[in-house]
Amino acid sequence: MLALTSPVQTPYHRLPAGAKLAALAGVTVVLFRLDSPAPLAVALAAIALLHIPGGWPFAAHALRLLRPLWPFALVIALWHLWTRDIGGGLTILLRLTAALAAANLVTMTTRLSDMIAILERLAAPFARIGLPPRRLALAIALAIRFVPVLSDRLALLSDAWRARSPRRPGWRIVTPAALATLDDADHVAEALRARGGAG
Amino acid sequence: MERSLSHIALFAALIAVLGFVPQIMLPFGVPITAQSLGIMLCGTVLGARRGALAVLLFLLLVAIGLPLLSGGRGGLGVFASPTVGFLVGFPVAAFVAGLVTERLPAPVGWAAGLGALVGGVVVLYAFGITGLSVMLDKTMAEAALMVTAFLPGDMIKVVLAGLVTHSLARMRPGVLLSRS
Repeated sequence: MLALTSPVQTPYHRLPAGAKLAALAGVTVVLFRLDSPAPLAVALAAIALLHIPGGWPFAAHALRLLRPLWPFALVIALWHLWTRDIGGGLTILLRLTAALAAANLVTMTTRLSDMIAILERLAAPFARIGLPPRRLALAIALAIRFVPVLSDRLALLSDAWRARSPRRPGWRIVTPAALATLDDADHVAEALRARGGAG
Repeated sequence: MERSLSHIALFAALIAVLGFVPQIMLPFGVPITAQSLGIMLCGTVLGARRGALAVLLFLLLVAIGLPLLSGGRGGLGVFASPTVGFLVGFPVAAFVAGLVTERLPAPVGWAAGLGALVGGVVVLYAFGITGLSVMLDKTMAEAALMVTAFLPGDMIKVVLAGLVTHSLARMRPGVLLSRS
């Protein structure tokens, strides 16, 4: 499993993650305040220009990350052509694209370890209500570790199903997968306890 | 303590893995994935509190940049996309599904099915439709119209959530944290 961080090194990779997140929050608030196509087009162009230091492969990666937007773009385009409200449609589309591109830019230029460090710092106040940052970090690490483990388990279950039946496995492997997850969770809990607990 | 933590972490991973299962196309061309079934199961199997925490942990992993949402989506961008309402509703859906499973004095399969219906459809759609209406600048009724295509798939998942929870309880009594 690969994180969405871009392998292309840009100057933004060296900026502190906290600053980038704060800037993103500010930009997003401003984007949702702008209410006509012209300023939003300028904002989108500015965000597009920010991709230049990464070069073409970086920009292509960014464009690929915008792809999930197209069904909505299609619905909005048809809707606003139908109601003859072209300006309103453009406003929505430009705002959506700009907000998504800005958020993706932060994700693409921030390493997973930096994000987890920020998360631990943000979670520090929760220590008083029973969630020490250490426990959160352990939960994140466990979940990330078990994504490939459970993914392999699911693949084995569907192979076993295919060996027995000509039909697709579909939902029938969800029950054994959930059962295996519950068993694994019990084993992990015992292992944690044997090593001094979760802190 | 360790038991809660490991269950929450592993079910967060299970939601992610169910998102990798290939999408099934309904006859009229709407894709359904098993990911929202994972959200419902978090509630019906782990109970309200742990289920909601497992979903929150999953959303954290997505937010810090792991492509774990169905279709390989992830990163901060998904929280700026039109479907953000569904993401916000996910932990609430798991909580409500868990609450109904815990409290309803009915056989566990029926309670889980009803919990999945109330949490995974009624509550989740309320959040999702509100999100669509804000992000796309449409009225609630217009936004509701856009999601009706997904309703049949989600009704199938409600039934599956009830069946899976029922089989888990029968195969391994005591394994459901929601009923212990």
